Amino acid sequence: MNNFSYQRAATLSDVVGKSTFVAGGTNLLDLMKYNLSNADTLIDVNALTDFHAIEEVPDGLRLGSLATNADTAYDSLVENRYPLLSKAILAGASAQIRNMATNGGNLLQRTRCYYFYDAHAPCNKRVPGSGCSAIKGYNRNMAILGTSDQCIAVYPSDMSVALSALDAVVNVSGLNGERSIAFEDFHRLPGDTPEIDNNLQPGELITSIDLPEKTFTKNYSYLKLRDRSSYAFALISVATALELEGDTIQEARIALGGVAHKPWRVKEAEQYLTGKKTDRQNFAAAADIILQGAVGFEHNAFKIELAKRAIIRNCIMALDPSTQLPGAQPSA
Amino acid sequence: MHTETLTQTYPVTTGTLREITLRINGEERRLSVLPYVSLLDALREYLDLTGTKKGCDHGQCGACTVLCDGKRIISCLTLAVMKEGAEITTIEGIDHPIQQAFIDHDAFQCGYCTPGQICSAVGMLQEGKAKSRDEVKDQMSGNLCRCGANQQIIDAIMDVKGGENE
Repeated sequence: MNNFSYQRAATLSDVVGKSTFVAGGTNLLDLMKYNLSNADTLIDVNALTDFHAIEEVPDGLRLGSLATNADTAYDSLVENRYPLLSKAILAGASAQIRNMATNGGNLLQRTRCYYFYDAHAPCNKRVPGSGCSAIKGYNRNMAILGTSDQCIAVYPSDMSVALSALDAVVNVSGLNGERSIAFEDFHRLPGDTPEIDNNLQPGELITSIDLPEKTFTKNYSYLKLRDRSSYAFALISVATALELEGDTIQEARIALGGVAHKPWRVKEAEQYLTGKKTDRQNFAAAADIILQGAVGFEHNAFKIELAKRAIIRNCIMALDPSTQLPGAQPSA
Repeated sequence: MHTETLTQTYPVTTGTLREITLRINGEERRLSVLPYVSLLDALREYLDLTGTKKGCDHGQCGACTVLCDGKRIISCLTLAVMKEGAEITTIEGIDHPIQQAFIDHDAFQCGYCTPGQICSAVGMLQEGKAKSRDEVKDQMSGNLCRCGANQQIIDAIMDVKGGENE
């Protein structure tokens, strides 16, 4: 870790146009310990009280960017209206980390690719142009969708998978004022610039995340498959939200985690399910659409079939959310 | 093989010291630290509160768990300078039935993870979110025990919680 100076921001004007911000610190300080982030100045934004609240807004619910993951997951408005989001947050990290990590920071988590963390290995995300060690390396945890020949890293957030399914909007503030970014436009695919994770501009701060009116309180499920049953990053995760009339699907939302450089949603699959019955064959057909174009590498090709099965399983679990187990495990 | 040049080495000894006051186990403690000093290092290296353990120093093991304003956090991934004004409770400040329960249930072997396990358990019991044994296991997953005393740790917690211990 390099030395740095530390400042506390009292107002938003102390912050905009600056970098680097620290809130929970659970990812940033870890990256600094590995010398993967080496800011000269850390600006502590925790005193910006405007961005701590979780509050109702005319078209839904606004999550302050500085509210912790735990306070968000256990907020009664979130639990009652957006249970899918609550479940996804609680499937991530540990209780201690959820008590520290903030909503804004969750969105800005960097990949856990081992080669990104290994300063001795080439990595285009860490040092652009140095090469990708994962493509021909041990790539069991890497992406199967939206990869490029520069990077096959996975974006690790669970919370973001639910936010993607719920069509959340990210509100940011910067030198050019405020703007809102649709969730699907927030994170990027690696392409030729894998060093850029998202479309936040330098000097911009996430101030809040808006959840639209559509809540999906009856039929939802978050399934997270991993090498141990708790406190591990996803091999595959799925957020499913369904609106049903009888056993006919009125609307379906399906987002995948653990498969790409951003949460993965395929609208064609959701449209395919609209008007269909809630049976396994239809969910399987949707899963096939979602995994179209998936490419496995030496150690992670299993993820393609695993993702399809996870989608089917999670859609079935969404039909009866009471079957969900702690830690977003598959129901018995 | 590509290697990066480290511009500075760890630990850093130059820079601007900050005078801070932390409230730890009910006492105000003043210390001078560089901004990069974690809360964990401030406790262990500056204040001789060595009950809080450094395991991985990367937020993966939970050995450094303390309570901050009543909530369990890991002290390795926060800075001492960020905790001015917060109420910190370390294992040295804990007096809770879970401690006797750990002895009664033989809930440790080497004891290295124990302070973190106990702080985490106290935090979890205060949160009141975990009801069943499965929920307690999930809620305690941030604390690793390499000796494998996990079953007894959960037994001890369930004993204090008064829940079903199936």
